[in-house]
Amino acid sequence: MIDNNQLLRFTTAGSVDDGKSTLIGRLLYDSKSIFEDQLAAIENTSKKRGHEGVDLALFTDGLRDEREQGITIDVAYRYFTTPKRKFIIADTPGHIQYTRNMVTGASTANAAIILVDARHGVIEQTKRHSFIASLLQIPHVIVCVNKMDLVDYSEEAFNRVINQFEEFSSKLLVRDIRFIPISALEGDNVVNRSEHMNWYQGAPLLHTLETLHISSDINKVDARFPVQTVLRPQNDSHRDYRGYAGRLESGVLRVGDEITVMPSGFTSKIKSIDTFDGTLEEAFAPMSVSITLEDDIDISRGDMIVRTKNKPEVVQDIEVMLCWLHNNSAKPRAKYTIRHTSNEQKAMIKDVVYKIDINTLERNTNDTELNMNDICKVTLRTTKPLMVDSYRENRTTGSIILIDDATNETVAAGMVV
Amino acid sequence: MSRYYLNYLDELESEAIFVLREVWAQFQHPVILFSGGKDSIVVTHLARKAFYPSKIPFALMHVDTGHNFPETIKFRDDLIKELGLNLIVGSVQESIDAGRVAEEKGKSATRNALQTTTLLDAIEKHKIDCAIGGGRRDEEKARAKERFFSHRDDFGQWDPKNQRPELWNLFNGKYFEGEHFRAFPISNWTEMDVWNYIKRENIAIPSLYFAHEREVVWRQDSWIPNSEFLRLEAHEEVIVKKIRFRTLGDITITGGIESDADTLEKIVNEVSGMRQTERGNRSDDKRSESAMEDRKRQGYF
Repeated sequence: MIDNNQLLRFTTAGSVDDGKSTLIGRLLYDSKSIFEDQLAAIENTSKKRGHEGVDLALFTDGLRDEREQGITIDVAYRYFTTPKRKFIIADTPGHIQYTRNMVTGASTANAAIILVDARHGVIEQTKRHSFIASLLQIPHVIVCVNKMDLVDYSEEAFNRVINQFEEFSSKLLVRDIRFIPISALEGDNVVNRSEHMNWYQGAPLLHTLETLHISSDINKVDARFPVQTVLRPQNDSHRDYRGYAGRLESGVLRVGDEITVMPSGFTSKIKSIDTFDGTLEEAFAPMSVSITLEDDIDISRGDMIVRTKNKPEVVQDIEVMLCWLHNNSAKPRAKYTIRHTSNEQKAMIKDVVYKIDINTLERNTNDTELNMNDICKVTLRTTKPLMVDSYRENRTTGSIILIDDATNETVAAGMVV
Repeated sequence: MSRYYLNYLDELESEAIFVLREVWAQFQHPVILFSGGKDSIVVTHLARKAFYPSKIPFALMHVDTGHNFPETIKFRDDLIKELGLNLIVGSVQESIDAGRVAEEKGKSATRNALQTTTLLDAIEKHKIDCAIGGGRRDEEKARAKERFFSHRDDFGQWDPKNQRPELWNLFNGKYFEGEHFRAFPISNWTEMDVWNYIKRENIAIPSLYFAHEREVVWRQDSWIPNSEFLRLEAHEEVIVKKIRFRTLGDITITGGIESDADTLEKIVNEVSGMRQTERGNRSDDKRSESAMEDRKRQGYF
């Protein structure tokens, strides 16, 4: 494996019978990421269930209930490597009640694969999945038009899906959409180029995933360094050391840079950037480092170090797109714990501006109840200011979760508008 | 390509350091679950990086089944000394003596399942609120569903169907009295990543991972090491083979593979050509299709 290989995280979405599990099984199988004992186990199960040949979908089977019910209950993570890249798949269930899982899988993804059945074209679930990919700002969306073998590998069928998709996707904010005609079952255009669709000039799915340009997916402009913890070793070699440990979530920081500590507003200069492997002249996202400053300033977890000339907004009233993730609906004006980077405060849902109908993308200003899987624009009021960027600019400093103090459960995820 | 990007190993390392620092910041009494195997060794190495120049702010906790490879115990003790850390030992033998658990009966009896009680007892006794493990999602189908921060109820149980959603890198480590968490900093690593990292960082690992001559018995499709705990069947024969171990567990259940790989370089090459999963040589996972899920639900590692 080449040392400079990058990591690509992608999520897969499709409705129950779109062949999502078969596609993942096909990717793993044709890229030779399946081990012999795993294959033997699947062959065994396929035989037991009376399938002809090997049912590739069985590779993604997880918990006992999932095997018994033939459904996916929760996000599962799968891994494979090619000579060009390492891949992490967030395999998310596609049923309507599991929107929260798709949001979870999408939150860390560079790319989304959305499966469409060539026979049925764009359906409500396709729109829902695409909307979530857009809402979560997944940089690359690949629409796989599956089951091409069942429509005689017809170019017209493929183009029909593209037209249907583009009709509604103009309302979405996705930077990069591609379409690939595939048959996961037969292996057409997944890893290997199809012999049945000479009219398709583009690359198969795997090659597309291997060559997506992801270096610019991370914001390289706005330096944001949330402090996770303070390192004070007090041993002989580092008696007065005071390092701020964290991960640079976006941008670049260099020794000598003029910085401001938020929210206090104190300014200083970066004295050193330290790691176990030595000191650095500069750090960039997503490196985990320890930063020391020229001046003694009171800094603790939850503070953010940024360039003096490029600061986030400091706000107490925050507009967010909120996805409700819990069975317990939101109570009006209820208080929650809000977590934003390493910062934790209390927050109240002050106002529900509108709810989005994720099938039609229409805004409903009359229905302001927050139930499981609802997506609403809300205004939050926090007890102390947060340092935020818009989610579109910055997926880390633009995201929050809400925790219900009565149950300690994570009940909502939000993206700063 | 821009020079501002990390390769996959650097990205995984940075992610693991981030998780370890979150554990330290969100919990009162975290420990690293240390088995002496490569994954917990890598987690310990990452903890060293995460808190440098401070020393690792956690104790290591070892759940000792009494059925150890002597090499593992020596490795553990040397590492503790080198890093200047505390060691907490939870003893399965003590749990048996105290009547908390009973030895399994029969030929394939092991102490593997008994560890769960000892682990949960030790967590309670030492008021541990987060146990950091080297579990990886690629290891096993139930593990594929794990969170970085994984909640355990006041019986130590995992409820895989009712886990807290984990979005972005916003981890929710809040718990009520009596509950605890497991944290898995190398969730996203594969076996190959672990080996590539061990080689890149030149991390010391027990000699058992390298090819060596050893007395073994052929049982359940792998070479089980001879030891004082092994009960031979009439047809079984102890022979000397050049083997190495791909994973380390109890000496009674860890099967070796025939190998000539006696350097990290050779091991990496060997693993990259492997066509069997690493847990394929672990008889604890062979008991049923849900063996791991069932144990994990009860509070296993």
